[in-house]
Amino acid sequence: MEKYILKYFDAIRTIIAILIGIFISILVIYIISKSPGGSLRYFLLGPVLSKSRLGNVFETATPILFGGLAVSIPFQAAQFNIGQEGEIYLGAALGTAFALVFHMPAFLYAAMVLFFAGLIGAGWGYIPGILKAKWKVDELVSSLMLNYVAYFFGLYVINYHFRDKKAGFLVSYQLPKAAWLKQFIPGTRIHIGVILALVFAILVYYFLYHTKLGYEIRMVGFNRHFARYGGINVFKVIVLSQVIGGFIAGVGGMVEVMGIHHRFNWQMSPGYGWDGIVVAIIGHNHPILIIFAALFLAYLRVGGQVLNLMSDVPSEMVTVIESIIILLITAEAFLSQWKYRITVREAARKEELNESAS
Amino acid sequence: MNPLLKSIFSANFVFATLRVTTPILFAAIGVAITALSGSINIALEGIMLIAAFVGVIVSAFTGSLWLALIFGVLAAVGLAALLGYFHLNLKADIIIAAIALNMFASGITVFLTYIFAHDKGTTSSLKSLVFPSYQIPILKDIPVLGKMFSGLNVLTYFALICVVIFYYLIYKTPLGLRIRAVGQNPDAAESVGVDVKKVKMYSLLLSGFFGAFGGLYLSMGYVSWFSRDMTAGRGFIAIAAASIGGNLPIGTFFGSLLFGVVNTLAIFLATLKVPSELIQMIPYITTVLVLAIYAIQKSAKSRGEE
Repeated sequence: MEKYILKYFDAIRTIIAILIGIFISILVIYIISKSPGGSLRYFLLGPVLSKSRLGNVFETATPILFGGLAVSIPFQAAQFNIGQEGEIYLGAALGTAFALVFHMPAFLYAAMVLFFAGLIGAGWGYIPGILKAKWKVDELVSSLMLNYVAYFFGLYVINYHFRDKKAGFLVSYQLPKAAWLKQFIPGTRIHIGVILALVFAILVYYFLYHTKLGYEIRMVGFNRHFARYGGINVFKVIVLSQVIGGFIAGVGGMVEVMGIHHRFNWQMSPGYGWDGIVVAIIGHNHPILIIFAALFLAYLRVGGQVLNLMSDVPSEMVTVIESIIILLITAEAFLSQWKYRITVREAARKEELNESAS
Repeated sequence: MNPLLKSIFSANFVFATLRVTTPILFAAIGVAITALSGSINIALEGIMLIAAFVGVIVSAFTGSLWLALIFGVLAAVGLAALLGYFHLNLKADIIIAAIALNMFASGITVFLTYIFAHDKGTTSSLKSLVFPSYQIPILKDIPVLGKMFSGLNVLTYFALICVVIFYYLIYKTPLGLRIRAVGQNPDAAESVGVDVKKVKMYSLLLSGFFGAFGGLYLSMGYVSWFSRDMTAGRGFIAIAAASIGGNLPIGTFFGSLLFGVVNTLAIFLATLKVPSELIQMIPYITTVLVLAIYAIQKSAKSRGEE
C-alpha cells in the first residue's frame, strides 16, 4: 500500500488539494447561504442535473483545455510565458477579421481561419520568445505587457472596422455559416471544437513525449545548462516553445468564436489564458492530465454559475477555491512530512526483508 | 500653439501625472524591494486590490480613516506574508503562488463586495471616506508651481516620501544591507550568518506595506469606492517600472514617473479623434520597448567587457 502512495505521491497530493478546496467551498456555502442544503446541491450536482448544463461543462472546458495546452509547452521548457490570454484574444479578433474579409470554399474555410488565428497567436508568442533568447528580456514581464497590447489592439480592430452596428451590442459581424464549427448534439452547444481540443491534447502529448523537439523542450525545462552541454540548441527551444504554445492559444480563441458565439463578442478579455495556467498547474503540465483538469475546472465553474443563479452565494467563490487548490498543489512541502515518514518506513521494511532473505 | 501641445505643457499635466504615478510608484517600490532580495514579486496586483477593498469596507463601517488605513495595510501585509509562507516555508514556486494569490484577491474581493454591498461591480452604495488633499503652505501661492505641486492627495506626497524611506532603508539600515546581500549572493550571506529566509520574508512584508498604500490610494483617493479588479494591471506595470529603474530607489521613481507620463498622455490624447484603444496600448508597448532596449544595452555592455 505505502509503496503505491510513494509512486503516485504527486497525484495523491493533487487530489488531496482538490478535496480540501471542495471542503472549503462546502464550508463557505454553509456559512453564507440561508438554505445551505439546497445551495450545496446546486453547486455539486447542478452541472449534471440537466442535459444543457452537462453540455455547458464540455463547452466551458474546451477553451480552458486549449489554454492549458498552450501554457504547458512553454512551462515544460521552464519559460514563464503567461501571454496566452493575449494570444487567445488576438487570435480570435484577427481570426474573425480574416474570416470576414476572405471568403473561401466551405471545405477550406474553417481550417484556413483556424490556421490564420494560430499564426497570429504564434507570432504573439514569438515576441517574448525572441526577446528572451536574444537579449534575456524576462518573458514573464514582456508577455504580461503584450496581453494588454493584444487586448486593446484586438478591441480596436473589431470596434472600428468589423463592428456590426445593427447588433445593438459591441460585436463583430456574424461569421458566414460555412465558417461555423457545427454543434452536433441537440439540446447542447457542444461543437466540433470540443473534439478538436481533445485531438490537440493528444497531439501535444505525442509532441512532448515522442518527438525530438518535445524531448528537447522537456530537457531545457529540466536543466538548461545540462541541456546545452548535451548539445541541445537552447535558443531554438526557448523561441519555439513559446511560438508553438502561441499557435495553440490562437486556435483555441478562434474555436470559441466559431463554435459558440459565431461572432466576436469579447469586450472584456475572457480569461482563458489564466484558466489555462490553472489547469496546467493542476495537470502538472501533462497534456492528458490537463484534459481532466479542464473538465474539473469547467465542472466547478458551471456549478458556481448554477449556484449564483439559483441561490444567494456568488460564483466568485469558485475563483477563491481555484486559488487555494493551486497554492496547495504548487507548495512542494505540502504533505512532504507525510511522504518523508512513509519513505523512511518503506526503507526500513525493505532492509528487514533483505536481512531476513540473507 | 497646437491645443494638444498646449495642454501637455501645462500645470494640469504635471498635476495629473503625479496623480497617475502615485499607485504605480507605491507598487513599484514594493516590487523593487523584493527584487533586491532576489525574488520576483508579481503579487502586487492582489496586494493592492485587497488593501483597496479592506480600506473602503472598514472606512464605510467604522467611519474612521485611520482604522481603514491600519486594516488596509494589515490585509496587504497579510497577503504578502501568505506569499512568503508558501514560497519560503512550503517551497511553492513564487510566480505561481503569486498568480494564485492574485486570483484569490480578485475572487474574494468580488465575493465580499457582493456580501457587503449586494452588488458585484462596485461598493459605490457604501459611503467610503477618502484621503484628503493637501495644500502646501507658501508653495500653493506661487503661480505655476503651486498649481503643479500643491493640492495633491496626501498619499501622493507620502509616495514621494516613500522613495526617500526606501533609499534610507536600503542604504542606511542593517536590514537594507542584508536584503542587498541576500539578493546578490544568498550563499555568501548565509555563510556569514544572515538568515536568508527571514530577510526574504521581511522584504516581502515590506512590499505588502508599500503596495497597500497604492491600493488605498486607488479606492480612497483616486475615487471613493472599490470596483472589481480596479488595479487594472498596475501591479504588473510596477514590475516593469521597477526593472527599468534597476530596482534602485531613484531609478524606480523615474521608471514609475515614465509610466505616469505615458498614461497621462493617453488620457490627454483621448480628447483628440484618435481611437482610445490605440492610445491605451501606448504604456504597454512602451514597457516592452524600454525593457528590450534596456536589455539590449546590457547585453552589448557585457559583451564589450568580455
